[in-house]
Amino acid sequence: MAEAMGFFTDTTICIGCKACEVACKSWNQLPARDGGAPQLTGLSYDNTAKLDGIHWRHVAFIEQFDQPYDGRWLMMSDVCKHCVQAGCLEVCPTGAIIRTEFDTVVIQSDVCNGCRACIAACPFGVIDVNPVAGTAQKCTLCYDRISEGLEPACSKACPTDSIQFGTVAELRERARGRVRQLHADGQEDAYLYGADPDGPLGGLNAFFLLVDDPHVYGLPREPELPSARLAGSSFFGAVGAAVLAILGVVGLRKRRMDELASEPAVPAEGEP
Amino acid sequence: MIPDTYFSAAPDWTWWIVPYFFIGGIAGGAYFISALLVWFGRAEDRPVIHAGFYIATIGAVIGGILLILDLGRPERFWHMLFLNQDLPRLAFKSYSPISFGAWGLMGFGAIATASALGAAAAERRFGLRPFPWLNRGPFWKALVALGGFFGFFVAGYTGVLLTVTNRPVWADSPMLGMLFIASAASTAAATLILVGRRRFHTATIEWLSSFDAAVLVFELLVLIAFLATLGAAIDAWLGWWGAVLLVGVVLAGILVPLALHWRPRWFDAYGRRDAGRRGVWLARLSAERKVASAVLVLVGGFLLRLAVIMASEGIEHARLVRETLP
Ligand code: SF4
Ligand code: SF4
Repeated sequence: MAEAMGFFTDTTICIGCKACEVACKSWNQLPARDGGAPQLTGLSYDNTAKLDGIHWRHVAFIEQFDQPYDGRWLMMSDVCKHCVQAGCLEVCPTGAIIRTEFDTVVIQSDVCNGCRACIAACPFGVIDVNPVAGTAQKCTLCYDRISEGLEPACSKACPTDSIQFGTVAELRERARGRVRQLHADGQEDAYLYGADPDGPLGGLNAFFLLVDDPHVYGLPREPELPSARLAGSSFFGAVGAAVLAILGVVGLRKRRMDELASEPAVPAEGEP
Repeated sequence: MIPDTYFSAAPDWTWWIVPYFFIGGIAGGAYFISALLVWFGRAEDRPVIHAGFYIATIGAVIGGILLILDLGRPERFWHMLFLNQDLPRLAFKSYSPISFGAWGLMGFGAIATASALGAAAAERRFGLRPFPWLNRGPFWKALVALGGFFGFFVAGYTGVLLTVTNRPVWADSPMLGMLFIASAASTAAATLILVGRRRFHTATIEWLSSFDAAVLVFELLVLIAFLATLGAAIDAWLGWWGAVLLVGVVLAGILVPLALHWRPRWFDAYGRRDAGRRGVWLARLSAERKVASAVLVLVGGFLLRLAVIMASEGIEHARLVRETLP
């Protein structure tokens, strides 16, 4: 396996230009939504709204203004996290979702049959159906480009290097340095989201530098694998089955007892 | 605090999946009831046993069709069972409910079809001659027992499937599998009562309706446990789907059928005291109370699946609906 590749997205230097969104859509030939009709979301300058099957990068705009001239604007280019333990990959019944030699997570569109299990399984709401293909789609970390030694379209287009591409090990090193620098400069709320291999999901190969609570950026605080819930809910299901079997058998025995008590003439015995 | 599940995306499992969950539940529950009667019943329960096999088979077939129609690429449904890029290897994941569920439904369908064939042959339907090994004897009883387990599986894995996600409501409580199993048993008993009320032995019908009542009590308890374990995601019920759950599922689908079963006099009294339209209507309800309560149980069971699915489907990614987070 080649080395694990990923993204480090430093949200503190994102300027909200959406070059990444455009580069991603053009390289991957993703269609426009509603034939390109403008969409107003009411969410600041965000008219993409969310990641889905035809938006594999999404720049979120978060306005934090208590008073005019007193506040800040957070911008974050969101993307598939290429989780080391990926919920989408785990639940996919067709084997369409694979882990590549770059330790990234890719959906093979010619295998996917559109069951949409992965959509509900991703803790970050990354995947959705691409209506043109009828299959689930998301960022591939430009598998076609990186296999040829090119960098992904979004990081290539990013003018401020808010999105950086590289080996995960090197990116983590660089990101930790950036956090130290920000702390030294007085931005003490800076921290890395998803850079810890011992953290949730075994770390995220596409991780972020944030300056506020993950929920503010629309990210879960403690993302979990869906399979973490499999044992518990199966156990309760089995308990339910046992209770029903007991209710049934007890009822049938009671029927026999009642009949034996009321009728001296025992009804015909026999195998049903 | 907003639960982390509110940051995931809805899979749009809706108008094919709701009827699938409902019909699959009835199919699994019907087979389970047949299996109970095969093992612990008597000769006069035979017609119910056969009806249960037929319902299970029809339900499994319809369920399979609904699941295929729900796919984004229905012609690729077989990718669930075989690795299309690595034939003839099977696609099976023990930790993915859709994967093992597809296999479970296949297994259930096969056993149900075999049982139904045996039953149809015993009744000499379709010009078949009886083949006894599919209709009596130890092999058959073992097959039916296995089918009963599959029945539970088909009834319950749908709830487990919803829980093994990261979606609000579904993933926030571990009780959905148990809830769907209970509802499957109650709706299956109701279906059997409706199908066989004129044909089955009275003792069997009596047992079916008291079994149904006992299951409804259990279902109500599980529903309460489900709601109690949702934590902050209980918010999702503050809306239309909460009203459907309360009025459609709890009141109409559980409490009224229980009252019809245990307190039929309540309804009689109305009929006598008041000769007006309402009185007549209620008197008729009490005369046909087994039918009425079976219909209500079925409506309640459908609304349960509908409400549980739609309450979660309707929840958008938290960032889209709240101005400032958290
Ligand atoms: S972020 Fe979601 S889509 Fe991307 S790898 Fe993780 S679980 Fe899969
Ligand atoms: S929608 Fe496609 S990629 Fe997603 S789980 Fe189903 S088969 Fe796999």
